Amino acid sequence: MKTVFQKPEAMTDVPMHYCPGCTHGIIHRLVAEAIDSLGIREQTIGVASVGCSVFAYDYFNCDMQQAAHGRAPAVATGIKRVRPEAMVFTYQGDGDLASIGMAEIVHAAARGENITVVFVNNAIYGMTSGQMAPTSLLGQKTATSPRGRTVEEMGYPIKMCELLATLDGPAYLSRVSTHDSRHVLQAGKAIKKAFEMQQQKKGFAMVEVLSTCSVNWGMTPANALKWMAENMVPYYPLGVYRDVTAKEGN
Amino acid sequence: MAKTLMKGNEALSEAAIRAGLKAFYGYPITPQNEVPAYMAEHLPLRGGVYLQAESEVSAINMVYGAAGAGVRVMTSSSSPGISLKQEGISYIAAAQLPCVIVNVVRNGPGLGGIQPAQGDYFQAVKGGGHGDYHMIVLAPGNVQEMADLTTLGFDLADKWRNPVMILGDGILGQMMEPVEFAENQEPVNVEKPWATTGAVDREPNIVNSLDIIPEKAEKNMQALLAKYEKIKEEEVRWQEDGTEDADVILVGYGTSARVARSAMELARKEGLKVGLFRPITLWPFPEQRLRELAKPGRKFLAVEMSAGQMIEDVRLAVNGVSPVYLSNRLGGMVPTPEDVLTKTRDIVQGRVN
Amino acid sequence: MADIIIAGFGGQGVLVLGQMITYSGMIEDKAVSWFPSYGPEQRGGTCNCSVVIADEEIGSPLVTVPTAAIVMNAPSFDRFEPKVGKGGLLIYNSSLINKKSERDDIRAIAVPANEIADELGSARVANMVLLGTFIEATNLIKPESVEKALRAVLSERHHNLIPLNMQALERGRAYQ
Repeated sequence: MKTVFQKPEAMTDVPMHYCPGCTHGIIHRLVAEAIDSLGIREQTIGVASVGCSVFAYDYFNCDMQQAAHGRAPAVATGIKRVRPEAMVFTYQGDGDLASIGMAEIVHAAARGENITVVFVNNAIYGMTSGQMAPTSLLGQKTATSPRGRTVEEMGYPIKMCELLATLDGPAYLSRVSTHDSRHVLQAGKAIKKAFEMQQQKKGFAMVEVLSTCSVNWGMTPANALKWMAENMVPYYPLGVYRDVTAKEGN
Repeated sequence: MAKTLMKGNEALSEAAIRAGLKAFYGYPITPQNEVPAYMAEHLPLRGGVYLQAESEVSAINMVYGAAGAGVRVMTSSSSPGISLKQEGISYIAAAQLPCVIVNVVRNGPGLGGIQPAQGDYFQAVKGGGHGDYHMIVLAPGNVQEMADLTTLGFDLADKWRNPVMILGDGILGQMMEPVEFAENQEPVNVEKPWATTGAVDREPNIVNSLDIIPEKAEKNMQALLAKYEKIKEEEVRWQEDGTEDADVILVGYGTSARVARSAMELARKEGLKVGLFRPITLWPFPEQRLRELAKPGRKFLAVEMSAGQMIEDVRLAVNGVSPVYLSNRLGGMVPTPEDVLTKTRDIVQGRVN
Repeated sequence: MADIIIAGFGGQGVLVLGQMITYSGMIEDKAVSWFPSYGPEQRGGTCNCSVVIADEEIGSPLVTVPTAAIVMNAPSFDRFEPKVGKGGLLIYNSSLINKKSERDDIRAIAVPANEIADELGSARVANMVLLGTFIEATNLIKPESVEKALRAVLSERHHNLIPLNMQALERGRAYQ
C-alpha cells in the first residue's frame, strides 16, 4: 500500500491536549516536517514556553527544555552559546513572547542570536482561558476586555515582525498564516527557511504564525479561520520583513 | 602556584574557570562587578562563553539553558539582582539542574545600598523563590575560600544535580587577600546522560519542571526531598575554635565570623571563655553539631549583618537548651569586634536577658 | 600586627599604596588583607582602604581603630586623625594638609609628599614617598619587599618606573 501521509519523525505519538479546531497542531507538524526535511532531528534542542504550547516538550521527538514564562529566548541563548552545533528553536505564544517575554525576544533578536523562533500569534491567552493578549485586536472581546479592546484603556496591539524589523540583528523575519491550505504550505516553507538560516549561521530567525483559538474566540473552528483571514491578516500583514539571504541574491 | 593577591570577586572567578566553567551569564550590579569583568576578560580566551544578558532574569534563564545542555555554568549578582533571579532558581532547582549562583550581598531591602550585609540569608537558605526547594548554600570566610568553595560548589552542583549558591558579601567580594590555586587542577568530569545534547541513538531528554498530575507531582517532590535529606547527611560543613570549654559561643558566617574571631581574641585576653562556631554550609545548616554543643549554662551569640536571620536556625538547632543572643549591625554597617565584645561581656555578666 | 588606614582623594594612589603594603606583607609571609571603600565616593571624592598585617589569621578586615593612618588630603586628616588608636602613628601629606595634630598620645609625622614627588619629576609618586616614611617608622615591611611587590604588580612595560618609585621611597624614609 502506498503511504500518502504520515506523522513526521520529529513528532511523538503523545496525544495532543489542544482543543478541537486549534491550529497549534498544524504548526507543530510544520515545525516537525521542517526538522525532518533538513535531517536535523538528532541535533535539535527545542524550548517550550508557557501558555497553550507548554506541553510542546511532549510532542516534539527531540531533546527539549521547558522554559519559564517569556524566557524561552534566554534559555535558547544559554543552550546555543554552549552548543553552537545544535539546532535550537523556541516555540512561543503571543502572551509569552510579546508580553512578559518582550525583553528576552528583543535582545535575542538584537544580538542576532543564531536561533529559530516560532511565534504563534492567536491574539488571546488560551491556556488561562481567554484573557486579552498584547496582540488582541482593537474591539476584540476577551475575558479581560469584556467590552472590547479600546485604545484609550489598553493601547494598540503589538506587531512583532514590524517591531523587530527596526533592529539590525535579525536575519529572517516572516509572518505567515494558517487560515487555509495554501497559507499553511507557505507557513511550512517559512519555518523551514528559519531553520535553514540557523544552519547557515545567518543569525536570528523568527516566523510569526497567525493562529486561531476558536474556543476562546467563541466561534466554530471554521468561523475562526474565516475571522482570522478577515480580521487578523489585514492588521498583521503577511510577508517577509527581513531576509538577509535575499540581499545576498540567494 | 605561588600566592597572589586578589579580590574575592576575582578569586572566585578564576576558581570557576579552573573548575571547567563553560559559560557565564551576568548583568552589572555593585558590589559584584569584578566577576563579570574578570569573566569577560578571561573566559573567552580559556574555552568558555561570556555573555552580558539584558537582565538578571534573562541571565538566570540562560544559566538554565546551558545547565540543561550539560555544561558547567554560573551567574553572579548582588541582592536586588538575586531577587530577580528567584523565579529562574526555582525552575533550576525543580528541573534539578547543576549550576553555581554567586550572591555578593549588599544591604537591603529595596534598592537598599551597596555596602556589605547579610540580609539575604533567609532568601538563600529557605528557598527564595516559589515552592519547596533548597539550594546548597556555601559561605566563604575569606578570599581563599571564595575560590575554594566555588570549586567545591561546581562539584556539589554536579554531584547532586542541584543549584549551589556562594553567599558572600561586599567585603568578601571587594577585599584582597593572598590566594593560592592548585597546580594543574583538572575539572572533575561528570557524566550527564540526562542533558539535552541532541537525541542521538537515544530517546529525547526533557528538561522540565512542570507536572500537572498531583499524584505524579507529589512523587517527584518526595524524590526531591529524599535528595535533600541525603545532602543533609553528607554535606554539612563548619569550623569551630575553642568551643570545648566556652561559656559563650559566637556563631557567625562570612564577614561576621571574621569580626567574631577578632572579638573572641579580645575576649580571651580578658580571660573570658569564648568560642567561635562558623557554619560553612548555611544549607544544610550544621544543626546537629550545634545541638551537641548546646548545654545548660552555655550561651550562644549570633553575630550578623542583618536584623537577625541565621539566629533562627541557631535557635532551632539548640532547641531551647541554651539561650541565643544577637549582636548585629544593619544598613551596610559592619559590626566591630568591640561591639561584639561588649555584648559578650554583657552575656557573661548576666546583663542581658 | 598593624591595622592601617590609608586615605585621600581618588587619583592620589591611595588604593595602590594600600596594595603595596599588603603585597609586601604577603611576600614576607605575613597574613594580610586589603579592603577599599567602594561606591560613588570613589568618583573624584575621598577614598580610603583598610590594610591589616598580622602574624596569624586575620579577623575583621575593616579597620575602625587604626594603629597607623596615612592621610593624603585635608578631609581625610579631619576624618581619621581622631580615630588613630592611642600610641598609634599618623603620617600625613603636609603638601596638602595645612594643619597639625593636637594629639599628644600619637606619633604624627608631616611629610611634604607632593613637593618631594615634584622634585623627583612625577607627582604620581607622592604615595611612595609616604610609604617610605611608613616603612621606616614601623619596621613592618622591608624596602626590598616593596621593590619585589612593584615588580609583581606593575606590568613589564612599566618596570622602568621602579627606580623612580624606589627613589621616592628612599626620600620618604628620611622623614621621621
